[in-house]
Amino acid sequence: MIDLATAPAEIVHDDHGTHDEHEAHATVTGISNEKLAMWVFLGSECLLFGGLISTYMLYKNRPGAFEVRDAAEGALTGTSAKVSALFDIPFTSVSSFILLASSLTMVFAVTAAKRNDFEKLRLWLGATAALGATFVGGQMYEFTTFVREGATFSSNVSTSAFYALTGFHGAHVMIGVIMLLSTVALTFRARTPKAESVEIVGLYWHFVDVVWILIFTVIYLIK
Amino acid sequence: MAITTARSPLELPSGADSAGVRPLGVFARPVKPTGWKNWLFTVDHKKIGIMYGVGSMFFFVVGGLEALLIRAQLARPGQKLLSADLYNQVFTMHGVTMVFLVVMPMAAAFANYLLPLQIGARDVAFPRLNALSFWIWIFGALFFNSSWLLGGGADGGWFNYAPNNGVLFSPSHGIDFYAVGLLITGIASLVSAINLIVTVINMRAPGMTWFKLPVFTWMTLVTQFLLLFALPVITVALFLLMFDRLYGSNFFNAALGGDPMLWQHLFWIFGHPEVYIMILPSFGIVSEVIPVFSRKPIFGYPFMVFSGIAIGFMGWGVWAHHMFASGIGPMSVTAFSLSTMFIAVPTGVKILNWIATMWGGRIKYTVAMMFSIGLVGMFTIGGLSGVTHAFAPADTQQTDTYYIVAHFHYVLFGGALLGLFSGFYFWWPKVFGYMLREGIGKWHFWLTLIGFNLTFGPMHILGLQGMSRRIFTYSKGQGFEFWNFVATIGAFTIAVGLLVFFYNVLVSHRAYKKSGIGCGPDPWDARSLEWMIPSPAPEHNFDEIPVISELDEFWHRKYGHDENGRLARVATTEDVAQKGDAQNVHLPSPSYWPIVLGASMPFIGYGLIFNIAWAIPGVLLLIAGMFGWVIEPSTDPEAPQSHDDHDGPTEDHPPGLAAPNVEGDPAAGLVAAAQDAELEAIAEAH
Repeated sequence: MIDLATAPAEIVHDDHGTHDEHEAHATVTGISNEKLAMWVFLGSECLLFGGLISTYMLYKNRPGAFEVRDAAEGALTGTSAKVSALFDIPFTSVSSFILLASSLTMVFAVTAAKRNDFEKLRLWLGATAALGATFVGGQMYEFTTFVREGATFSSNVSTSAFYALTGFHGAHVMIGVIMLLSTVALTFRARTPKAESVEIVGLYWHFVDVVWILIFTVIYLIK
Repeated sequence: MAITTARSPLELPSGADSAGVRPLGVFARPVKPTGWKNWLFTVDHKKIGIMYGVGSMFFFVVGGLEALLIRAQLARPGQKLLSADLYNQVFTMHGVTMVFLVVMPMAAAFANYLLPLQIGARDVAFPRLNALSFWIWIFGALFFNSSWLLGGGADGGWFNYAPNNGVLFSPSHGIDFYAVGLLITGIASLVSAINLIVTVINMRAPGMTWFKLPVFTWMTLVTQFLLLFALPVITVALFLLMFDRLYGSNFFNAALGGDPMLWQHLFWIFGHPEVYIMILPSFGIVSEVIPVFSRKPIFGYPFMVFSGIAIGFMGWGVWAHHMFASGIGPMSVTAFSLSTMFIAVPTGVKILNWIATMWGGRIKYTVAMMFSIGLVGMFTIGGLSGVTHAFAPADTQQTDTYYIVAHFHYVLFGGALLGLFSGFYFWWPKVFGYMLREGIGKWHFWLTLIGFNLTFGPMHILGLQGMSRRIFTYSKGQGFEFWNFVATIGAFTIAVGLLVFFYNVLVSHRAYKKSGIGCGPDPWDARSLEWMIPSPAPEHNFDEIPVISELDEFWHRKYGHDENGRLARVATTEDVAQKGDAQNVHLPSPSYWPIVLGASMPFIGYGLIFNIAWAIPGVLLLIAGMFGWVIEPSTDPEAPQSHDDHDGPTEDHPPGLAAPNVEGDPAAGLVAAAQDAELEAIAEAH
C-alpha cells in the first residue's frame, strides 16, 4: 500500500480549506510544517495552563488572611478577606467579552488575508490587537485595584496562585498582541499576504481566548 | 505529479526584486562560512548533532568528576574531603548534570543526526529552530554550572523537595540557578521536541509509512511527545519555585499555607515521564544495533513500536510511586503501585524481543553489540529492582536508601548510557567516516561494565543494610565500610574506561588521518537508510530522496531471495548506495540569529537572580534576535546555491538563476521529478 506519503496532492488539499492556488504544501500530511508546529506547541501549552489551574484550585480556599485596605484612603481596615472577595464580576465579564470578541475579528482577518484584501486584513488585525490590549489593560486595572486593597502577590498562597495564573494568561495575550502588530507591520513589506501566517497567529490567538474561558470559569464563576 | 513549492508561510517574499538590495532589517547571511564560523552559524542537523554530542560529552566529564568526588568522600568512614554543605552541592549538581546536561542532550545528538537520515529527509522541519535549541541548551547549561563560581551550586538534590528548596534551608543562589537554568534548558528541549515531531510527521520520504519507520525513529518520536507534555509541568513548578525564592510567594512554604506536596506532584508528573525520556532513545539505539549484528530483522517490530507507545502513555500514570513515603493515602498508594507493576509489561516485551532477535541469529560481537547486550542485561536488573519498589510496603523500607540509588543507576547508567555508547560505536563511522578501534573498544566495554557493577551492585546491599542516600559520611562499625570502598574502586574503574574511550577516539582518528582510508557507506552491512549514503554523510544527505517500499529499505535493496527461496545478496552496497556527489542541492542557509537568541538567555537569568538591570542586554538581544529571525527569509535569496524547484520563474525566484541539478526542496523532503515515474510504477504494483 502506498499511503499518505505518496498520496497525490489533490487528496491532501481536501483536508483543509487554507490551500491557496500558488502554494500546495508538499508535506506528508498536507499541513504545512509551521501550522503543525503551532498545533503541537498549543498541545504543550495546555499542560502549562493545566499546571497553573491545578495550583490555583489547590490554593483558592487556603485561608486568605491578608488585611484589606480601604481602597480610597489606603488605610488598613483590620478585616481580612480572601482574594475572591475582591472580584468585580461584572467588570471582568465585560473584559472577558472584549477578549472573546477579538476571536471574531481574528476570523475576519484570516478571511481578508485569504481574499488578498490588504486593507481589511490590517483593519481586522489592528482591531484584534486593540481588543486584546483592552483586555490586558482591564487586567492591569484589576491588579492595581487589588494591590491597593491589600492583596499583593505575596500576601498569601491564594493571591499568589491567582496572580500567577491570570498573570501567565495576560502575558500570553500580550505576546499575542505583539504577534498581531508584527503581522500588520509585515504586511507592508509583502505584495501578497501570506494567508497561512495570519492563520497561524490566529490559532494562537483563539487558543489564548479559549483558555481564558476556562480560567474565567474556574476563578470567577465557580464558588 | 506536479512538483509543488514548500515555501514557509511565515516567510517574506523579500529579496526577490533585485539582487544585492536587502529590505530593511534583513542582514547579510553568513554565506559559506569556514572554520569555527561554520559551526557557530550552521543550521545543518548533522553539525548540530555533533555539537550536541561534544557538549554532552563535556558535561559527562564534569558530572563524572562530581561522581568521583562523591565516591572519594564515601570511600572510607569519616572522610573529610568534602564538607557536608559541599557534598550536598556536589551530589545535586552531579544528578542534575547527568540528567539534563548529559543523557538528554546525548540522546538529542543521536536524534538530530539520525532522524532526518532515517526518514529520508534533507534536514529537520525547522533548521534554524534546531540550531536555536542547541544554543539555548548550551548557554543554559553553562549558566547553570556558573553557579559554582557565584556562591555555590544547588544543594537540594536533583528533585529538590520543599522545604529544602526554600530560601530558609538553602540561602545560597544555587537553587535559583537550578530553577532558572532548567527553565532555560527546558525551552531548548521544548523547541527541539516540536521540531522533531513535525519532522517525523511531515517529512518522511515517499512510501515511508508509520510502520516502515526504524525503531530508533519511533522511540525518539515517543520521547519528543513525552518532552512536549512533561516540560510545561516542570516549567510551572520551576516558575513557582522561582517566585517563592525571588519574589516572596509561599507556594511551597507549609508555614504560610503553601503545600510542599504540590512541588512533589508537579516535579514527578514531569519526573516520571522524564525517566522514559532518558531511556527510550537508548531502547531505540539498541533496537537498531541488535538486528544488524544478529543478522536478523527485529523480532516483533509492531510489538516493539506499540510497547514504546504504551510506555509513553503509561508513563503518565505512575508518578506518585516516587511518593509512597510522602503520605498520599492508601488509595493512591494502591493505584500507583498497580500501575507501576503494569508498566513493567511493555518494558518486558522489549527485553523479550531483543533476546528473540538475537536467538538463532549469527551474532557478531562488535563493541556496539556488546554495549547493547550490556544494556539488555543491566537494564533487566534495574527493571527488576524497580518492580521491587512498586510494592509499597517494600518501598517504604527502601525510600531514600542506597537501594534506590542502585536501582536508578542500573536503569540510567546500565540502560541509557550503555545504549548511548553502543550508538557511539555503531554510528561513529557514519558520522566521521572511520571506525573506532574494536580492540580498544572492548577494553572500554569491559572496564565500563565491570566498573559499573562494582560501583552500583554493592549499593543494593548498602541500601538494604539501611545506609541512607545523601549522607556525606558514615561512622566506623555501621557495616558500610567494605561495600563503600568497593563502590569507590568501581567508580574509578568506570573513569578509566571513559579515558580508554577518549584514547580510542584519538588513536582511531590519527590512524584515519594517516591512512586516509575511510570505512565506506555501510561498514556493518546495516539495514536503515542512513547507511545508504556516504560516510561521513554529505551535507545534502541524499542525492535523491529514496522511495521506500519496505521496513529496513536499504537491507531489502541489498538482499532478496534466490530461486530456492533462500536469502541471497542481490546487490552490492556500491550498487545501492548513493554517491553523495549531487551538486547545487538546495539547502537551508546558515543564520546568525540562533546563537544571538541563545546568548540572550544567561543575561536574563543573571538579571532575574542578581539585579534586573543585567537582564536589559539580554532582553535587547532577545528582541533583536526574534525580529531579525522573522524578517530573515529562511532561505537566503543571495546564496548562489539557493533555488526552489519551480518549473518556471516565480515572483520569489526571477528567471536568470541557474537551474539546480537535483530537485527537491530540503524544507519539505519533496519527491524529485525524476522519481515520479518510479513512484507511479510502485503505485501500480500495489
